[in-house]
Amino acid sequence: MTASRDWTIPGLTIGLVVMLVAGVVLPDWLLNILNISFSRALAVLGLMVLWRTGLISFGHAFYYGLGAYTVAILGKELGVSEILVTVPAAMLVASTVGFFLGFIIRRYRDIFFAMLSLAFSMVLYGILVKTEALGSTDGFSVPTPSFLGFGAEEAADNKIVLYFVLCGIGYGAALLVHRYLQSTLGNLSTAIRDNEIRVEYLGYSVAHAIHVKYVMSAALAGLGGAILAISLSQVDPDSMVNWTISGELVFVTILSGPGSVAAPFIGSVVFELIRTYAFEWLPHAWQLIVGATLLAIIFFLPGGVWSLLARIFGRKEGER
Amino acid sequence: MDLLITILLDGLEFSSYLFIVAVGLTLIFGVMKILNVAHGSFYAWGAYAAAYLIGVVSNHGFTDLATMAMIPVAAIGVGVVLGAIIERTLLRHMYHLDEVIIVLATFATFLILEDTILLVFGVDPYFAYQPMAALGNVEIGGIGRLVYGLSMILLALAVAVSLWFALNRTRWGRLLKAVIHDREMASYLGINVSRVYIVTFVIGAMLGALGGAYVAPTVSVAPGFGVEVIVLSFAVVVIGGMGSIPGALIGAMVVGMARAIAVHQFPELELFVVYAVMAVVLVFRPEGLFAPAKARKI
Amino acid sequence: MSPILEARGISKNFGAVTAAKDVNVAISQDEVVGIIGANGAGKTTFVNMVTGYLKPTSGQIVFEGRDITQLEPRQITRLGICRSFQVPQVFMTETVYENLLTALGIAAATGFSVLRYMKRPDLETQCEALLTRYGIGDYRDHLASSLPQGVRKLLDIAMAMVARPRILLLDEPTSGISTDEKFGLMDTVMSALREEKVTVLFVEHDMEIVERYVGRVLAFYQGEIICDAPPAEALVDPKVKEFVIGEEHHRRDDAEGNADA
Repeated sequence: MTASRDWTIPGLTIGLVVMLVAGVVLPDWLLNILNISFSRALAVLGLMVLWRTGLISFGHAFYYGLGAYTVAILGKELGVSEILVTVPAAMLVASTVGFFLGFIIRRYRDIFFAMLSLAFSMVLYGILVKTEALGSTDGFSVPTPSFLGFGAEEAADNKIVLYFVLCGIGYGAALLVHRYLQSTLGNLSTAIRDNEIRVEYLGYSVAHAIHVKYVMSAALAGLGGAILAISLSQVDPDSMVNWTISGELVFVTILSGPGSVAAPFIGSVVFELIRTYAFEWLPHAWQLIVGATLLAIIFFLPGGVWSLLARIFGRKEGER
Repeated sequence: MDLLITILLDGLEFSSYLFIVAVGLTLIFGVMKILNVAHGSFYAWGAYAAAYLIGVVSNHGFTDLATMAMIPVAAIGVGVVLGAIIERTLLRHMYHLDEVIIVLATFATFLILEDTILLVFGVDPYFAYQPMAALGNVEIGGIGRLVYGLSMILLALAVAVSLWFALNRTRWGRLLKAVIHDREMASYLGINVSRVYIVTFVIGAMLGALGGAYVAPTVSVAPGFGVEVIVLSFAVVVIGGMGSIPGALIGAMVVGMARAIAVHQFPELELFVVYAVMAVVLVFRPEGLFAPAKARKI
Repeated sequence: MSPILEARGISKNFGAVTAAKDVNVAISQDEVVGIIGANGAGKTTFVNMVTGYLKPTSGQIVFEGRDITQLEPRQITRLGICRSFQVPQVFMTETVYENLLTALGIAAATGFSVLRYMKRPDLETQCEALLTRYGIGDYRDHLASSLPQGVRKLLDIAMAMVARPRILLLDEPTSGISTDEKFGLMDTVMSALREEKVTVLFVEHDMEIVERYVGRVLAFYQGEIICDAPPAEALVDPKVKEFVIGEEHHRRDDAEGNADA
């Protein structure tokens, strides 16, 4: 009768070790793809928390952008490039903004939740594209980061340092979210999606629960954006804040599936590989391939890539 | 004074094309409860088709004025072909899904259609100035304006009046209203909901394409043409009230005017102001300015 | 002994419709009270006001000496008044076990303890006990959406009892239940409730049930209490016979702000 053993933590730990070891031998281009994938995965992890509650945000590029621009501005204006400072600062900015906007957005559901998130993100986009000091549509570059005071001279070294740091951050974030999902509050997702009245009558505030999830997702998206800015050494509104990026984040969330905290990482890598190869082979049709993939997932694989893996490895999906 | 007239006319012209596009979006949402991201692609397809056809007929020696006929041809062609294909092959298999998932599916459709444009029309921009040249200039209060731009206001009015007439004075309009009101009840009453859906979707798509086709002569039609217009139309529709046709008119006026004022007075706020209005409306009146406030059903 | 729950002159208007008019009633601890009345008489409005879903237009609701009139449902739940619903309000995509565990997790949560593991031994033990007490152990791993109506009703009531309330309001516990099942269901519920020592108010259409299980009847008609007496007296009262029992044809133009419509 007892649920099968939860393999998430050992699985993540094995994954971490494999990724760390592989980091030493992986080619540069692959490290690049992994860095970008993992930074997106962090934002997707936050969206997954919301999605389990039935909420889809079409504006999380807002927090992605806030995180990215925080890192970039710290570097540009204050000359701060220490990852241990810039990345927490980005998370702080994103979660603070999320905390205040959360008081408004927690009253909304369904399409209204999606539209209000979209409006917030487009406000930021509207400001950024018209702000000369921040490079308008071109954006500006982010200085080479340092970690614990050590800055790498070579771009390649820099990449691998970032990769190791990112593996650590991703592991930590996944563990924390996993722990959260096992708590009563984390478990309220399906309950809220199914029946808000009952949750209230059991004595818990739905608004409060959604607010917590929203701030978490904002912090994670801010974290992801910060790392994306560092890996690309560049920020600009169209690849970080525009609505198409929010759409992309939702897409990867669906592609990954809600089954496990590991799913966003796998899903992001799959997405980045599809995109990279599609762009290489058919530069004018990569969006077509991405779009078709998304449709295929919606129709044939509603549990995302994770459910496919779970099926292959013979485990029941999520054991819910 | 000159500035005021310029702002007013710029605002009206901008509102007009926004209305034409957004009313298609809101019609589809009102009837089918689908927020169609691919609407931006209908707009882009309409623009490309019009620009391409205008170029072709112009090369065959037709007068500049005659090339204007290609605008409705493009709009109707795109609306019927793309609209029917997407509704029949895709949307009708998803009506049982969650509405936000359907939005995502239309986002996928948008991505696919964006690249289809590149594959069909190539990556180079198109210029189709002929209709604009044919209509020339006119002086209003001492300011020279393009007649073509002003004609957009007339077109928007014509669209608004025909839709009003179609909805309120025809049998089709009554059917549509019945479906909007209660889809299940309508099907019990023997209304062919499936046919209402495809007709609505095709008309909505035509309106989106018409907006693009009419704008095409005034700009260079280049890749990414539909990306901005779709969020602008979302803003219009949200401000006016999703699914409300008079709301689309109000929303288009608000967005068009706000943007025209910003462009001339506070250029750095041009986009900010549109989305700020959208956010403020959602915060204080989530049903939009025009839709009657409904109690949230729980 | 001072009453556990008291309604002092509560009224509720929906526009021109009066759903409650100067309702005064005092309930003592351990009473089992049946609330009867035709559809639209104001029964569910009364339950909704006591549990905070609707705020009265005027008047006061006092629970254990404390004014709870303006509190939210979740605050009232925390104080010790819980309810079940006419249409069971359960988490349809969760199993019976998960439904109860979620309810237990929330009930046990005070402040940050909502972040403790939900699947922990103490809650799991309580969960199994509830399954047995309400006789739904056989359905432990069934999804709530697949349950027979009677079992879903029991689950709904069990979830309401998780917080160990002082007062339980049951909104039509036997509606939608077949005649041969209803006594079985009520026996299970009432014996479970007796074990927990809870004061019970229940809305009921079925006079057989009222006669058998309650110690006191409140009869509503057009938002007013027209009779407040033990069942033996109330059910033969001429006004009750005319306006409540006589009007038992089911009008569905329910003017009540029904939470579970």
